[in-house]
Amino acid sequence: MNDLLHGYGPVVAGGVGVTLRIAVGSLAMACVFGLIGALARLSASRIARVLAQVYTTVVRGLPELVLMLAVFYGGQYLVNLATQAAGWPDLDIPPATAGTLTIGFIFGAYLAETFRGAFLAIPRGQAEAARAFGYPPARILLHVTLPQMVRHAIPGFANTWLVMVKATALVSLIGLDDMIHRASLAAASTREPFTFYLLTAVIYLAITSVSIVALRALETRFSLGVRRLDF
Amino acid sequence: MSPVIDWDVVREALPLFVRGWGVTLLLLSSALAAGFVLAVPLAVLRVSRYPLLALPVRAFTFVFRGTPLLVQLSLVYYGLAQFPAIRESVAWPLLRDAWFCAWASFTLNTTAYTTEIFAGALRATPAGELEAARAIGMDAVAQYRYVLLPAALRRALPQYGNEVVGVMHATAIVSAVSLVDLTRVARDVYATSLLPLEAFGTVAVFYFATTFGLVGLFRLAEQRWLGHLRATVTVAPAGAAHAH
Repeated sequence: MNDLLHGYGPVVAGGVGVTLRIAVGSLAMACVFGLIGALARLSASRIARVLAQVYTTVVRGLPELVLMLAVFYGGQYLVNLATQAAGWPDLDIPPATAGTLTIGFIFGAYLAETFRGAFLAIPRGQAEAARAFGYPPARILLHVTLPQMVRHAIPGFANTWLVMVKATALVSLIGLDDMIHRASLAAASTREPFTFYLLTAVIYLAITSVSIVALRALETRFSLGVRRLDF
Repeated sequence: MSPVIDWDVVREALPLFVRGWGVTLLLLSSALAAGFVLAVPLAVLRVSRYPLLALPVRAFTFVFRGTPLLVQLSLVYYGLAQFPAIRESVAWPLLRDAWFCAWASFTLNTTAYTTEIFAGALRATPAGELEAARAIGMDAVAQYRYVLLPAALRRALPQYGNEVVGVMHATAIVSAVSLVDLTRVARDVYATSLLPLEAFGTVAVFYFATTFGLVGLFRLAEQRWLGHLRATVTVAPAGAAHAH
């Protein structure tokens, strides 16, 4: 195996860690953005609803790569303006941070829709009963609606994760040292591009397959005690 | 460095953006056309009850939906050069061309997604429709030609619309293989002007317009072909029941 890869196996394998770290970090960011977006869409405040609507529409109307470039270069531009105005020394946004934030921001828009639907799937009586007991709104969310929402959100969540893992491949285009970037370096020095891109394809396929199995287990776990319909 | 827009930069780059837009739209439409033609028969095989027909298609969609399009594009554009047999073959001038490689990998990718969309729509056929077709003695070809496919393709319209918008957004990655599409133009404008708002703001307007144009087209298509499934409660005046 190592002979086949000319000793570059560990180099590319090390990139898997970078890819997974970005994917998991982005997922955490996406959950935060998604939850804020969903709660804003469902809020009584008109401004919050409009802002959330603008967020999901803008993100879903643009290519991921364009958003990533805009955040990466545009974000740096804004930071430069701010540090110059304040007279501070230059501050460079690390590409890993820009990549993780952007992917999280993009997929947060998709998760916002998923979470909104999941919140709406909970019977109204649940939150009403909690209110009747005098629960404050934050506690209703944390102890009543949020735990029940998870089950309804899992199918959409699973889908978003699978799409997002593949979207992490784009960070190699803004200069991040992920699996694909390392494969391209190995390809250039060994002159065997097919071998190394195929290796990344196999690793992505493995991540996808493991995810599908894990998400199915998660769905079973969160659906315990739910009556199944026999058609 | 001022936060107001430098309109001169935008005005000068506008012809480049329009040309890049043409590249994006040409790649999109050629890949979609080929993908549609391939996906219809593959979907029919995908739902077949014979594993020998269904399994290879299933493996194809699993691989192409489970790996990033950027990897698929790199495998075709950079990877094939590894093999001397391919470099010496008659197809090499084609396989070395960025346009052809982009078209081929986008076609394979969208074929995989579209096949699953169409297969899902075929599976959603009400059992009675198939039984009725059999009862009046249609053979398998006639069943697909007159009953199963026309209804399934209509049912697939909303999801197919999402796929089309998704492919349009995915075309942005061809900027990585030296094709001068919309995104490549934006990156070049940024590289020469160092003005992110002018470069990426302008390209965002183009992508937005295209996204909403496509969404609008599919809304019209759904009204035209899915109108009979729309859940509207209207009281039609007598004699105007079949108006639309």
